[in-house]
Amino acid sequence: MLPLAFTWSDFFQQVVFGLAIGAVYASLALAIVLIYRTTHVVNFAQGEMATFTTYIACTLTANHGWSFWPAFFATIVIAFLLGAATERVIIRPFERGDPLTLILVTIALFVIFNGLVQWIWGPEQKFFQGAFSPKPFTIGGVSIAHQDIGVIGVTLATVVVLWLFFRFTKLGLAMRAAAIAPIASRLMGVRVGWMYAAGWGFAASLGAVSGMMVAPIIFLNPSMMQSVLVYAFAAAVLGGIESPVGAVVGGLLLGLGTTLLGAYVSWIGVDLQLPVAFTVLILVLLIRPAGLLGRHVVRRV
Amino acid sequence: MAPLLELRGLQARYGPIVALHDVSLTVGEGEVVALLGANGAGKTTTLRAISGLVSKTGEVVYAGSQVRRATPERLARLGLAHVPEGRGLFPELTVWENLRMGAYVRRDRRRVKADLDRAVEHFPWILERRNQHAATLSGGEQQMLAVARALVARPRLLMLDEPSLGLAPLVTQEVFRVVHELNEQDGLTVLVVEQNAQIALTVSHRAYVLEVGRVAVEGSSAELREHEGVRRSYLGY
Repeated sequence: MLPLAFTWSDFFQQVVFGLAIGAVYASLALAIVLIYRTTHVVNFAQGEMATFTTYIACTLTANHGWSFWPAFFATIVIAFLLGAATERVIIRPFERGDPLTLILVTIALFVIFNGLVQWIWGPEQKFFQGAFSPKPFTIGGVSIAHQDIGVIGVTLATVVVLWLFFRFTKLGLAMRAAAIAPIASRLMGVRVGWMYAAGWGFAASLGAVSGMMVAPIIFLNPSMMQSVLVYAFAAAVLGGIESPVGAVVGGLLLGLGTTLLGAYVSWIGVDLQLPVAFTVLILVLLIRPAGLLGRHVVRRV
Repeated sequence: MAPLLELRGLQARYGPIVALHDVSLTVGEGEVVALLGANGAGKTTTLRAISGLVSKTGEVVYAGSQVRRATPERLARLGLAHVPEGRGLFPELTVWENLRMGAYVRRDRRRVKADLDRAVEHFPWILERRNQHAATLSGGEQQMLAVARALVARPRLLMLDEPSLGLAPLVTQEVFRVVHELNEQDGLTVLVVEQNAQIALTVSHRAYVLEVGRVAVEGSSAELREHEGVRRSYLGY
């Protein structure tokens, strides 16, 4: 790929696109952080759950004639129930088990959801009509796709709503408390098991948002979220696996960084985006092992 | 009048180790009852058994009903507030968020507001530190926050596990002064586990002494202060 002559308008266009992709990484990364913080499980199935729910949204719009937004909100609710049920039925029996067992369980979930998608909807690509037009509009000489702005807006709005929920509602407070000290929470009357289920529910909803945002850009197919998941893990670790703000910042940085590198460093192009991103990630972690916004956990004995 | 809490022949074990052999005690409405004893006598286990954190055999009658199999969540809804060993605060939540957690079981929002205000009256410093993480408080402040949080639940029975642990003598006195005040003014019923028999017997009406999982001595606190064995083993004179 030959690098084009540098123009600022082209640069800003790349920046906006990078942030849009970054927002998708960010919301999936946030889902991973949410589950890690509530149940200390690294959920490898997060991406496949997102794909599964995006297929549901696609079925609602393409086969049942729903318009995008009703399908979007219905899918968020369905994803919540799916996530909560997954925690109650599949994760709960292993709750006190070995962390390795839990990792194996979420890898099994990955395979199960991927298999379900192929079995129900088939392996071929589908077109998922998004809410935003991919056509550009021009502002100050820069042409920007409606879709990119829409993706950034929706994802950040979801993150803000979630933040408000955890910060200001009684249930949000109880969920945080249950994650910090389950026994003390039980003594306060909190049904801790349901808080864990709700954590999985919110994470699945976040994943659904990222899936529904990315599907119109890259086409819907059974392995759609697999590369997104890799970036999301990178973003979560980059931000310091326990930090929600870190996950969002990490996601945006990764999206921006890989897009700009791909566009302006000719030998990287599209093929080397992922290896380069991971080289950067490893370098960051060598310098800051706890991630950009993570804290070193000092345990008192 | 039927007691608020009655334990009959309580037994509990951690795996093969029997922690409680046979504990029977009562706590009447409006009483302050102290549970004394050495390390490992089963005081903490007794509280944990009452609040449903430890499974047990025997009878636990609370507010007239059998609650041996009740979960901690359910007992909290029935008005049992347990300030556990180590205080059970949420270190990464703010002081105010910790306090609000006390009201988790409450449904009457408006009166919760009034109770939060009252908690602040008892511990005025809470207001200045409301946005600080609970982990940043001193030991004494943490203990008082734990008590304040329990009060916000409007408990029928408050159970305190070693409130003096790790506190300076003056701070311990302050904590017990508040417990005494709450009992006198609001008729709050309290079951307090304590190693510091001296101060516990000053504030309580009645007391039980546990030895290796059994009640060894019981009586009014005034009697126990004069009791030969209690004096020698727990009061040190």
